[in-house]
Amino acid sequence: MAVDRSRLPVPGPDPSFHFPQIVRHRLGNGLKVRTVEHPGVPVVTFVIEIDGGLGADPAGHEGLASLTADMTDEGTGALSAIDVSDALARIGAEYDVEVGADATMFTLTTLARFAERGARLLSDMLTSPSMREADFERVRQLRLDRLRQLKDVPPAVAERAFLKLLYPSHPYGHLAIGSDASLRALTLDAVVQFHETTFRPRRATLVVTGALPHGDLLGVAQHAFGTWTGEQRALDVAAAADFVPHANSSPHLAIVPREGAAQSELRIGHLSARRGTPDYAPLLVMNAILGGQFVSRINLKLREEKAFTYGARTGFDWRRGVGPFSVQTSVHTAATAESIADTLQEISGLRDSRPATAQEMSLAQASLTRGYPRNFETAQQVARSVAQLALFDLPDSYFEEFVPKVNAVTADEVTRVARTYLDPSRAIALIVGDRKATEESLAALGLGELHVLPPTG
Amino acid sequence: MSIAIELPHAKRTLANGLDVLVHEDRRVPIVAVNLWYHVGSKNERAGRTGFAHLFEHLMFEGSEHHNGGFFMPLQQAGALLNGSTNADRTNYWEVVPTSALELALWMESDRMGYLLPALTRERFETQRDVVLNERRQNYENRPYGMALMALSSALFPPEHPYHWLTIGAADDIRAMEFEDVRAFFRTYYHPANASLSLAGDIDTGRAFELAENYFGEIPAGGRPEPVHAAASLPREVRLVFEDRVELPRVYMAWHSPAMFADGDAEADLLADLLANGKTSRLYRTLVYDKRIAVDVSAYQHSREIGSFFLLASTAAPGQSLTEIVAIIDERIQHLADEGPVEQEMERGIAQAEAHFMYRLQTVGGFGGKSDQLNAYNVFRGDPDFFAGDLDRYRCATPTTVRNAARSYLGFDRRVLLSIVPRGQAALALPGSEPVSVS
Repeated sequence: MAVDRSRLPVPGPDPSFHFPQIVRHRLGNGLKVRTVEHPGVPVVTFVIEIDGGLGADPAGHEGLASLTADMTDEGTGALSAIDVSDALARIGAEYDVEVGADATMFTLTTLARFAERGARLLSDMLTSPSMREADFERVRQLRLDRLRQLKDVPPAVAERAFLKLLYPSHPYGHLAIGSDASLRALTLDAVVQFHETTFRPRRATLVVTGALPHGDLLGVAQHAFGTWTGEQRALDVAAAADFVPHANSSPHLAIVPREGAAQSELRIGHLSARRGTPDYAPLLVMNAILGGQFVSRINLKLREEKAFTYGARTGFDWRRGVGPFSVQTSVHTAATAESIADTLQEISGLRDSRPATAQEMSLAQASLTRGYPRNFETAQQVARSVAQLALFDLPDSYFEEFVPKVNAVTADEVTRVARTYLDPSRAIALIVGDRKATEESLAALGLGELHVLPPTG
Repeated sequence: MSIAIELPHAKRTLANGLDVLVHEDRRVPIVAVNLWYHVGSKNERAGRTGFAHLFEHLMFEGSEHHNGGFFMPLQQAGALLNGSTNADRTNYWEVVPTSALELALWMESDRMGYLLPALTRERFETQRDVVLNERRQNYENRPYGMALMALSSALFPPEHPYHWLTIGAADDIRAMEFEDVRAFFRTYYHPANASLSLAGDIDTGRAFELAENYFGEIPAGGRPEPVHAAASLPREVRLVFEDRVELPRVYMAWHSPAMFADGDAEADLLADLLANGKTSRLYRTLVYDKRIAVDVSAYQHSREIGSFFLLASTAAPGQSLTEIVAIIDERIQHLADEGPVEQEMERGIAQAEAHFMYRLQTVGGFGGKSDQLNAYNVFRGDPDFFAGDLDRYRCATPTTVRNAARSYLGFDRRVLLSIVPRGQAALALPGSEPVSVS
């Protein structure tokens, strides 16, 4: 049978999708446990989400949460840092730590037959790390050296400078790694104290997913984490999410000079929304239209029409408190000012003169919903998704409701949220690039004076 | 304990030479479409580098019966999609909801059979500029970003196709001619030089039927001549490159056995036991005990006609590359003399077994099951090698690993590249010649 090439095949109805059952438990010590069965490949993933991320760093001690998290695989009980590494390797474990704005997430994946060993090891690492002075000194020095190297990495320089501009004097206004001065100010005592107050069962949620029945998954969790104790000691800082950012007095245009740079690394955006906003679904659709995917206004403009860049993306950095909406791209130096102007024009356009078309709505909604099941293919994907529920206090029905909620968004709602949450007049444009080659054209943008920031951002 | 780890599949070859591989995995209602063309930058010639990769970009700009962007209809169907080019192959993939499989097959077959009528000079020129920006972003504007270029050009002679990187030389990219696109497509982009893999929520019989239906009509084309080239390095070469970096780094590179050849798996294991994790010999000595380096890494870059083994370490502030190299050499010598201990072998094989298991978790995308089947099929001519691949690691012994260290990691036939902060060439290893890459 010959193929009909006069038209594209029309996909059939979407296959039905159901998120596997999430079973909730609470251990005697207050630890919240979620189990999800994930049959198929004999693998198991543990995710522990602990309240307290970089936003919990005390002023002047930026980097504390991250360094504390880093100390978890530096020894426990009789095991040295080397022994811990060896024990992880022997069960083929993948171990990962992610320090976010509001929480820290530890992920360990191993073969199902090593579930008990993996859970025990993770528990020992998190609940009773050795916290030896020599390990602390070494880990801190490696972080200082890393910071030094990051000075040459344009995206890292841009992230650091942009956060400072977005959040002046706010606990979210720094990278998890901290700064040279703040790392030098840290002591092992501060780390030990942070660990004692933060790594408590009542502040944590453990998600266990894998190719075992709920009862077994719970049994493994209970066995390894049931003896974790520690009375609740409140952190003596308010949750970062509760700090209201200052009405922003930051400049609208700033550059971190990088003489002779081959490209300009750009960040353009402003503070916008909390993850808990009731407008979450319309904001996702809006972002997909503007720059959240390949076929989106800003990428098509800057890459496919003008060839200024290898790619441009927009997105929300979701946090419990107000987080930014921003554009991220790296453009040819000669195209710096025009890329900023085009970006701001696209943002304005979606608010006013060029609202979302029916075709854009359909494309954005379809791309967010029709492929949704592929986000839950592995035990690790499922576990990390369920941990997000704990992080943002979302209901267990969240994944089941996602597709209908996104599909219910209207073009009018997209216009409304674009007007409410995006505002080009508040946008900050940050450039990491060649100052001499760009400053003249940047001045012509009408964004005010170009502020020159120090090389470290 | 030995566990069975398998990747069951079926294979059929269409009359036009297209290999079709199918793997069923019904857990999630998605299907992975994965298409390999056996062409990469090793099919290029000196002075015309970067073409295979630029061509990959053009494959997303439209074909005769869908004369517009490749992304739009697939994104509309909820697909995730991408493509990539390396020295040996070019791959394209979509992960689609089961209900959109035919759309993906239509799109892939249309650009395999009918690309050229939709290609315009304007699209070509735009993508040429996009690629120049990709090069700036990923190489020129990145610390140590030019290291692989300098190493490849020192390891392989100028006429050897691994002499250049897949991204190509900037001058070559600028000089590309629209007219060259046509010949390239005709030589490499046809069923006899391709392999199609479908994995996921699909019945095997139905998958073969659909493949025949969409791809069967495309003329076979000839099989391109395999590329042959040899390289050896009879001495130690020392180079220095000044870069926008804070800390000096040394790279060591050796020729090593080709992908899947005897010794290739041992080279992987060597890389692990030298530099993967705190327990590894070099991390432990350089970073943990002596603290003279901030990192160390090792990797066997397995390639079709010859691999290279790469080791790299960045000096801690104020520390010398010379001292780091002396320690690395001493550790390598020890390994070549004594071989690994039993505990290291057990650990390496436990990790290999776990990683093979993890590789069975996703059907699509880079490294998913569909991609792995194509890799075995294209590079070995037989997709049935998943278990055999793991066996290569299970069969390694302290003796074979020791022999690999002796055979491949000689001090008198390697490239040593120092990358140092600008204006501080004195921090390089003694006797290093300045190298020019741009």
